[in-house]
Amino acid sequence: MELTGAQIFLECLKKEGVDVVFGFPGGAVIDIYDELPNYPFKHILVRHEQGAIHAADGYARATGDVGVCLVTSGPGATNTVTGIATAYMDSIPVVIFTGQVPTPLIGNDAFQEVDIVGITRPCTKHNYLVKDIKDLAYTVRQAFYLARTGRPGPVLVDLPKDIMQQKFEFEWPEDVSLRSYNPNLTPHARQIKKVAKLIEGAERPLIYAGGGVISSGAEDELTWLAKSLNIPVTATLMGLGAFPGDDPLWLGMLGMHGTYAANMAINNADLVLAIGARFDDRVTGKVSTFAPKATLVHIDIDPTSIQKNVAVHVPLVADCKSALSALKSEMEPNLDSIDWEVAHAVWVRQVQEWSETHPLRYKKSDTDYIKPQRVVEKVYEISKGEAIVATEVGQNQMWAAQFYKFKRSKSFLSSGGLGTMGFGFPAAIGAQMAFPDKLVVNIAGDGSIQMNIQEMMTAVCNNLPVKIVILNNGYLGMVRQWQELFYNCNYSETCMDAQPDFVKLAEAYGAAGYRVTEEKDLEPMLKEAFSNGKPTIIDVRVDPQENVYPMVPAGASLTEMLLV
Amino acid sequence: MRHTLSVTVENEPGVLSRVAGLFSGRGFNIESLNVAPTLEEGVSHMTITTIGDEHIVEQIVKQLRKLVTVIKVVDLIEHSSVEREMVLIKVNAEDAKRAEILRIVDIFRCKVVDVSVDELSIEVTGDHGKIEALINLLGRFGIKEVARTGTVAMKRALQV
Repeated sequence: MELTGAQIFLECLKKEGVDVVFGFPGGAVIDIYDELPNYPFKHILVRHEQGAIHAADGYARATGDVGVCLVTSGPGATNTVTGIATAYMDSIPVVIFTGQVPTPLIGNDAFQEVDIVGITRPCTKHNYLVKDIKDLAYTVRQAFYLARTGRPGPVLVDLPKDIMQQKFEFEWPEDVSLRSYNPNLTPHARQIKKVAKLIEGAERPLIYAGGGVISSGAEDELTWLAKSLNIPVTATLMGLGAFPGDDPLWLGMLGMHGTYAANMAINNADLVLAIGARFDDRVTGKVSTFAPKATLVHIDIDPTSIQKNVAVHVPLVADCKSALSALKSEMEPNLDSIDWEVAHAVWVRQVQEWSETHPLRYKKSDTDYIKPQRVVEKVYEISKGEAIVATEVGQNQMWAAQFYKFKRSKSFLSSGGLGTMGFGFPAAIGAQMAFPDKLVVNIAGDGSIQMNIQEMMTAVCNNLPVKIVILNNGYLGMVRQWQELFYNCNYSETCMDAQPDFVKLAEAYGAAGYRVTEEKDLEPMLKEAFSNGKPTIIDVRVDPQENVYPMVPAGASLTEMLLV
Repeated sequence: MRHTLSVTVENEPGVLSRVAGLFSGRGFNIESLNVAPTLEEGVSHMTITTIGDEHIVEQIVKQLRKLVTVIKVVDLIEHSSVEREMVLIKVNAEDAKRAEILRIVDIFRCKVVDVSVDELSIEVTGDHGKIEALINLLGRFGIKEVARTGTVAMKRALQV
């Protein structure tokens, strides 16, 4: 039977098992919206297209499935660019569908026309303009396939209006084959043997895990490796949750705001196993002094990540899960030949001592101010570490990463690579959509939250009881911190003391609002907020002078930490 | 170090800008980029010459391979290869200098493709070194215009 392009498109989404689409209609996609009520998936109407893409991204991060975003042409499309770049930097599988002007008008500067394929070329894994209805189904199929396989990432499909109106026979392409796209999933056997030998010979091994562990679903294998062989673990911001945050072998995050123990461990390890991590500059600090005593093993599915920033000794191009499974099979038969507890006992004692002598800490307040770290600790206590935590970007993000102990993966949603302010709240909406019964908390700053605050309406309309905990210090805190430490306290344009009344703002949207100004109210108000069943803002007035420590100044060695 | 990359790509709209954009976006150098269809339908061939140290060229090759529309990338520096470029050169050629220019044309096995009262247009084909040498030699007569195709290259057949 012949279907319209719009129907074919929606049939494709159905075949892909899509259950929620985050979008915003417009002239170029009106035919799709006209058909939408006839299809089983839920459409979440956002208030700004940036909200749609971040929500799709948050949905993808929380579920591991592909997030879907549908917007119109021109401004609708360009409003998603920040979110596309965010997903691209963090390798999140999202498929973005943008409307486009009818094909005869393309290139004529038509109303709401923009070359979105050209604009998003550098920040998508791949993108398409569908010029012929014959290609429509296969293109949608390819887009999902590319987004979720190999190193995941955002894929954009541009849909001209006339293609959505034309009719064609719908046929679902079962198979996708792209001769030019063959991600290497399985590890090289000889390299695996080499890594196994290195682990056997190492006295001070360390695992440095990244987001790739989570996107390949290798958490169990990672945990097996660490626990069976008694190897301490640190992770990047994107890797938080890949290894239980309450395990004795867990050292906390490494890098610029990493723990003393993690950074000292990197500096002293004789073997570093980098797994699904890409040696970002926020992690390595000064590259020439990164892991100076270690043999570096790097497991990554993307060959471009290997040798990009840091010269590694043993590269291993493979899916993290396949690689760690292979490593497990290689090591398992000889597990008893070495007493791993004893083999690494001195080293593990050493790193644990670093954790004990220099734990994450903050000075108790000598004023009436609530410490922001205390707020995160309270969120952790009250949620028993079971919440899905999204963050905005800045100090709030680092305190969340430091003081919430993530026990499982996909429970920390944060813009790592791009550092996108305004990400957390819509991402939390996406996660709450996927898990309606879970507690989803967005830890925000007073600056960041204002970047996508309009999505409050989306949360209220859809009964998504996301909790926004604003660590309100009246500053763009992280920039203020840099100004204080490195720019002679020249607080240029970082003071945000002119603020909306966040409680009234929440109420104006039909959400709940609380303001916490004294520490004694913190726990009861958080408890009440977390159980009220409504989208909620908790505006916590925190110490405006508080900084994130430890801190490695940009470009310094990881051992040059500023401590509390 | 100068590298010549032989790149096979899907012949679809935007593939050139994907490749060129990769270079500009990541700060890599392109010395020349040549693209044309192959005998196989839907497949084009690019020859890219670029300059960079080993680390940079390794990244260029890997990043190119990562593009979904790129089928194959070969760094010809690792292989014995044939490289050619065609260049059209319009050079000043007053009567007094003409004989000498024609002698050079002869030595370099070039072709004269256009003649006027005081100019000669010359077609030359050759590898990078030959082209540079010829341009240097003709430079003293005054080159008025140059049009270059950029390098095209292919791997040599296996010599047994």
